[in-house]
Amino acid sequence: MTGRGFLPALPALILLFVFFLFPVVRMLGFSLEGGTLDWYAKALGEQLYLRVFWNTFEIALLVTFFCLLLGYPLGFLMATTTPFWATVGFIFVLLPLWTSVLVRTYAWMVLLGRNGVFNRTLMEAGITTDPIPMLHNFTGVLIGMVHVLLPYMVLPIYGAVRKVDPAIPAAAAGLGASSFAIFRRIYLPLTLNGIFAGSVLVFVLSLGFFITPALLGGGRVMMIAVLIEQQVREALNWPFAAALSAVLLVFTFAVYAMAQRFTRSEAEAAR
Amino acid sequence: MSASGSADLLIEGVGKRFGDVVALDHVSLQVAQGELLTILGPSGSGKTTLLKVVAGFETPDAGRVTVGGVEITALPPAKRDIGMVFQNYALFPHLSVAANVAFPLEMRNVAKPEIERRVAEALAMVELKGYEARLPRQLSGGQQQRVALARAIVFNPRLLLLDEPFGALDRKLRETMQLEVRRLQRRLGLTTIFITHDQEEALVLSDRIAVMNRGTIQQIATTTEIYERPANDFVADFVGESNIFHGTMSAPGMVVLDGGRALQVRSDKPAGAKVGVLMRPERFAPSGANAFSGEVIESVYLGTSFKLRLACEGGPELLVRQPARGALPAAGARVTVGIEPESIHVF
Repeated sequence: MTGRGFLPALPALILLFVFFLFPVVRMLGFSLEGGTLDWYAKALGEQLYLRVFWNTFEIALLVTFFCLLLGYPLGFLMATTTPFWATVGFIFVLLPLWTSVLVRTYAWMVLLGRNGVFNRTLMEAGITTDPIPMLHNFTGVLIGMVHVLLPYMVLPIYGAVRKVDPAIPAAAAGLGASSFAIFRRIYLPLTLNGIFAGSVLVFVLSLGFFITPALLGGGRVMMIAVLIEQQVREALNWPFAAALSAVLLVFTFAVYAMAQRFTRSEAEAAR
Repeated sequence: MSASGSADLLIEGVGKRFGDVVALDHVSLQVAQGELLTILGPSGSGKTTLLKVVAGFETPDAGRVTVGGVEITALPPAKRDIGMVFQNYALFPHLSVAANVAFPLEMRNVAKPEIERRVAEALAMVELKGYEARLPRQLSGGQQQRVALARAIVFNPRLLLLDEPFGALDRKLRETMQLEVRRLQRRLGLTTIFITHDQEEALVLSDRIAVMNRGTIQQIATTTEIYERPANDFVADFVGESNIFHGTMSAPGMVVLDGGRALQVRSDKPAGAKVGVLMRPERFAPSGANAFSGEVIESVYLGTSFKLRLACEGGPELLVRQPARGALPAAGARVTVGIEPESIHVF
């Protein structure tokens, strides 16, 4: 960084230092209270807490999977349709993004509850006799998180598909490729970077997600961020919460670094 | 050429509109087995739409397309067995040269050893042996074009379509590639349609040229026919440099131009007929049956020739090319040129 470039960035750097770096360091300090690693031993040693980490990992993986499953066709469609429908698609993808996560999560509670819209419709239609449990369990958390995080998958995929010169799939068709072959041999490899970017984004965001699992899980689906909040607010065990946070932070960084390395080697292989 | 029995590709009354725009207005043409037909026209003339209809990327509103007696109008592109070289080649950027060329064979479930043999053969044909493992972006423009060509011919297509493939190449490379494509096309006996807006390129490559404008074919003829005996103003103007005038036949073999100037011509059009008159700039000699003298407005030295713009007395402005001998006539100089009746085309 040259001296000239440094000065205009100063306010932002100060802001980051005061509101980001300092709290993180302070948090790490909490976690080492008493000069021991006891809290880390507890976080990583006890079966109960390892289960929470595993649970978080599993949910993040599933959320990423479902986002990809729903997001790829949507992003693909938006990138290949007429400008009008692309705009319609954008509105539907971005509108939720501009709405508070809290609002969207409460909306899901209304929809998914025992007496919610879904269950009542199903029972009135005679499809089910008893309400299907969709709230305060794994299913509810999954549905809510997929909904909230879907735009982060759709947008990178949309961008990747848009970058494919339409002459390339046309050429493939002319050379005898079926629609499936065009997808598998042309679009899929050419949009892999978008799939990857979207997946990393959704996965990393899922790892630390709080509001949706807290509300839709109703305390019964324990994710790491929910556990941390409980430790702070109910157990008042700040050092343990700090240790859990530090572990989550390291884990997130590790995922991110792995992803970076992977994309870099991909780019090098392609070069 | 007129008997449909000898036609390999037959386009009959093909029409296509986009909203209010008529892209193709009942276009009909035939291409014989092994022939290279160029569709020449300015942008927006409908030539690309016509190519897309043949390739299957565009469905015509009317008419039919037949290849070797089999109608393909409604077939999807993948089922047409047509090799196409795109404007920017449309190579698969993530696949090696060999994988690009192997692609159409894989889509046809050709056995692996056979694929390898034919890919090697095709790459040898376009002189790209040793480049198998490269990716498209590691190749020069000319090499990319060769890959596109190899990929388009490796599966023995029924037709070869070339969509302005030389546009992105510099002049020298373009000339080399034109001759190479021509040689390869003759050797394989491939029925070929070549699209271009470059009339020079069309003259170099084609057996016949179809000149298109505003969705209709203006003239289909051999290259010399198109150049020497264009059917109308548009063709005369679009192909080559030209002096075009309009006039009336005053007697057989005599035209009076609209400005009043009389010319001796070879034409059996009846007296009183309204005609167009074309004089190619290079057909003027120092003297001739029809003499023009005038003042040089502009003169350009072009190496092998002089290009002069003459303002003639009581009449037209002429573009004249003369072999570059002696001094270049300066602007303001008086020059006399002539043209023989048989060098004037009346249409």
